Amino acid sequence: MPIEPTIKSRPVYGTLSPQKGTEHLLIADAEGAQAILDLAKAAPEGFFSAAEIVFIPRATGDRYVAALKGLTPARFYEGPSIAAALPRLRQTLATAHVGLRVYLAGTEGLMGQAMQVALEAGIDHSSIQTEHRGSLARRVQCVHCKGITEDVTTQPVTCAHCGLTLFVRDHYSRRLAAFQGVCINAEDRSEQVPVEEAFP
Amino acid sequence: MSSGTTKLDVTVADVVPVNELVTRFHFRPTSGGLLPTFSGGAHVVVEMREEGKAPRLNPYSLMSSPLDTTEYTISVRRDDAGRGGSLFMHNRVKPGDRMVVSYPVNLFSLDLRAKKHLMIAGGIGITPFVAQTAQLAAEGGNFELHYACRTAALFTYGDLLRERYGKRVHLYHDDRGEKIALDRLLTSQPLGTHLYVCGPAPMIDWVRGRAAALGWPTENVHFEHFSAPQPGKPFDVTLALSGKTIRVGEQQSLLEAIEAAGVDPPYLCRGGVCGQCETNVVSHDGTFLHNDHWLSDEDRASGRKIMPCVSRFEGKSLVLER
Repeated sequence: MPIEPTIKSRPVYGTLSPQKGTEHLLIADAEGAQAILDLAKAAPEGFFSAAEIVFIPRATGDRYVAALKGLTPARFYEGPSIAAALPRLRQTLATAHVGLRVYLAGTEGLMGQAMQVALEAGIDHSSIQTEHRGSLARRVQCVHCKGITEDVTTQPVTCAHCGLTLFVRDHYSRRLAAFQGVCINAEDRSEQVPVEEAFP
Repeated sequence: MSSGTTKLDVTVADVVPVNELVTRFHFRPTSGGLLPTFSGGAHVVVEMREEGKAPRLNPYSLMSSPLDTTEYTISVRRDDAGRGGSLFMHNRVKPGDRMVVSYPVNLFSLDLRAKKHLMIAGGIGITPFVAQTAQLAAEGGNFELHYACRTAALFTYGDLLRERYGKRVHLYHDDRGEKIALDRLLTSQPLGTHLYVCGPAPMIDWVRGRAAALGWPTENVHFEHFSAPQPGKPFDVTLALSGKTIRVGEQQSLLEAIEAAGVDPPYLCRGGVCGQCETNVVSHDGTFLHNDHWLSDEDRASGRKIMPCVSRFEGKSLVLER
């Protein structure tokens, strides 16, 4: 399902394409691996010998790992979770030079959090390549308690921290790498709002 | 009149020869007090008025510290082959003269999100960096300036900048064969560095070209090069909206000719950079002589746009939506 622009803050994504650069850092989760494999078809010779692939398979298990390794990147890292991969990413960027290009593919949660780290390192968001693949699950910040709920697929959703019933808005924060969740039944907390699978 | 062309009445407080080619001018507000604030990289458009001649309006970068608005200073390089703007400044302008300058406009501003600012200047292209380094130094900003000039005698403010910022300033004398090691410089910058270049067009093209080839995102590369309107063959233009046909003289720009006909088109920099004066072409039979840094290659190929501040036309007919 393509992601359509709704309001200005709602991120939209493109299609990965090889950029001119001295180094390439490709970060993907789950089906995002396929975006890297597709980019490889258009990559110039020598592209992957200056590349690092960071991959979080999530539910895809071993499905993509061999194919990604088959691109023979200079470095390949497979991590158990996004959270586990982020400190490593921070470390990589801290010593990197301009000329390093960043490519993100997969879920919005992965792209958003990796971009957040890249922005802190001084990379402009518009110079980062992105491609959405796989689940539409969202990372949501509760505006009331500020806690973040990961992999939200329903509308509304129960805040994992304070338990309020949140309406998930398209309003997105690049700084927080999260969509905004606002209490949907603030006037009458006893009101039961039907829950739908909105972000499969 | 377009926004940003609000005028300031100023008095020339001082005229200081800097070297064989460059003279510095100090402007203070005629009515006293402080001038409007500006940020490093801003320019003003200076009006040059002579009896019996159409006024000339040329952009010059402000080089004084943005922290001090008691005066604005500009440095003008004498161009003996130009249309006379710089010669007017050098030969006619004296302390005590009253002049008119525009409010400052910044088309070459620092990106203050940068972790580091890498500046490359050639010749008189140093002027915006004099203001920017003053601004950054006051904030403890991280910058490095690489400045190339033909000879030591023409190294405008080279000594001053070395004195102020020491090892952060690197000077390169062309006549001593010193050259900026550009590839090494561009491949060794920490992530989050922004690159700024101001100087002659070939230098800007060189730096931008190497930066692109070495993977610098366009968002991190900033440049400014004001074109002076070039003299050329006279040509006729029909202004479709005002119903006028005008002739653009040899020493006149298209924008100046439109203004002389009593039409008041939008403008800002008058140097082919800002995009304010972009004008639609209704029809044409001939060749455009584009001299701006604004229009895209597609715009130029379409034959539907012209920047009248610096560009000209040769051919049978040109009709503009103006």
